[in-house]
Amino acid sequence: MFNVIRAELRKLRRPTLFFGTMGAVVFFSGLFSALLYLLIDSPQGNADRGQVISREVLALASGGVQGFANVGGFLGIIALCVFAAQTAQEYTYGTLRNLLVRQPSRMKILIGKLISMIIFALAMITISAIVSIGISAILAPTVDVSTDLWFSSAGIEYIYTTFVNVIISVVGFGIIGMVLGLLLRSPISAISFGVLWLLIVEILLIAVKNSLQLWLPGYQLSTIASGGTVDVTYSHALAVGGAYVAFGAIVASILFVRRDVAN
Amino acid sequence: MVNTAISVSDLSKKYDDRLAVSHINFEVPLGTVCGFVGPNGSGKTTTMRMLLGLITPTTGQGHILGEPIEHPERYLSRVGAMIEGPAFYPALSGHENLMVLARLGGFPVERVQTLLEKVGLGERGKSKYKTYSLGMKQRLGIAAALLPEPKLLMLDEPTNGLDPEGIQEVRALLRDLANGGTTVFVSSHLLSELEIISDHIVMLRKGEIVFAGPIGELMAQQQPTIIAKSLKKSDLKRIVKIAKDAGHHAVIRDDSVHVLADMKWAPVLNEAAFDAGITLAQLAPQLPNLEETFFEMTGDK
Repeated sequence: MFNVIRAELRKLRRPTLFFGTMGAVVFFSGLFSALLYLLIDSPQGNADRGQVISREVLALASGGVQGFANVGGFLGIIALCVFAAQTAQEYTYGTLRNLLVRQPSRMKILIGKLISMIIFALAMITISAIVSIGISAILAPTVDVSTDLWFSSAGIEYIYTTFVNVIISVVGFGIIGMVLGLLLRSPISAISFGVLWLLIVEILLIAVKNSLQLWLPGYQLSTIASGGTVDVTYSHALAVGGAYVAFGAIVASILFVRRDVAN
Repeated sequence: MVNTAISVSDLSKKYDDRLAVSHINFEVPLGTVCGFVGPNGSGKTTTMRMLLGLITPTTGQGHILGEPIEHPERYLSRVGAMIEGPAFYPALSGHENLMVLARLGGFPVERVQTLLEKVGLGERGKSKYKTYSLGMKQRLGIAAALLPEPKLLMLDEPTNGLDPEGIQEVRALLRDLANGGTTVFVSSHLLSELEIISDHIVMLRKGEIVFAGPIGELMAQQQPTIIAKSLKKSDLKRIVKIAKDAGHHAVIRDDSVHVLADMKWAPVLNEAAFDAGITLAQLAPQLPNLEETFFEMTGDK
């Protein structure tokens, strides 16, 4: 297993992939957090879908991680793309046969791949947290938002909790990406399907029927990152999102173990 | 003590209602070079994939280095393979690609540079795989197959894309490996190359075994051919008639008549042609080669 993880990490640390992804993480984490403060007085809102997050809310102990929690869903989409591409490319390049000749245990390959990609996701989340909280701490005083409570013991606890929630959410999105990669066996198809579903189909479905936000997988995983919303509780999102991820992972694992490698 | 590297019994693979490989039986002795030949689509790659545990057979059994193919984990650490051409990550260098496989198999990473040098890629190991020529990709595939210092090496068309010098190098490499005790199971379309290096041959046609055994035995089964050319092309059909009247199989191929007959019959044909007023421009007995034998046995030409 350790050999599989080391082999997979060698692929993940190639400069284009690693620095490209981390660059996107830094940019969007910075952007999401900066807009929270730069648009604080905008009548169009300063957060996702026109929400207004006021100075008073941002000054709470949880205020420091508001930007980080908001970017969680976006980190999930990046994770979905990376996990899907890393999995499906083995089919398109024909490299799966090399991997299976060197490590015949297909479950070891699958779990090793997953662990290595989770390590990659952890690096992504850590960088995002540092950038997001750092930019928030710099911009907050410029718009008269107090940061006194952010680094109190309650504030630190919020940072830990949000960090864990974002990890759960991002890994959930990543596993869905991996499942799509295994099922569709093409990086372009897997990423297109995943991103279109999350960014367009789910939003349209919720716009048409609001109660669907309780049951759609992407919405549950984003809700986990933000620690729950007014409409969807954290525990509900964790249960439903977890069920989707577990079901997809089981189906994909069975297929991966049993399917002939004929390309 | 097992003395066969590969042993296959009643092995079949069915896709929908098509039998890609049909109840094949063959053995490859340890320490030999075995050529695996057959027309495109005859089932060579499917057979190799079954032997490597990549696809599940529909029926039959197989053993690699004494271990059943249902348990590839018991033998793959001693097997090197390149199936259906080299397959690597384009954005990684040749060196990094081999490092991925070395880490995965738990092999010493120092072996990577040694192998790159062995296949002539020592200078280009740091270049990205996507910048490699077809021949270089092929060499990298061979290096990857050699990573485990294999007891059995399975190569599918290893000389594809190589220049004549590269082909000679691969031939020498395979012979060296066999001399060192490695069993080499190699498929190739370059039958003349296989004829030079192989001790054994397994021949497939439409998923069925046509021949499996020592190459000498295969050649001994083949009748020698007499090749006759006349001064006038119009006389070729008359030569065919003379041969057939004498009970020999004869066909016109490339402006000459190929007669399946022992070389002792050549003077008889010469005399008969002279008597019929035919002037022969060439009369040469030819021992069968693998290519001729292949075409005859697989019915491809």
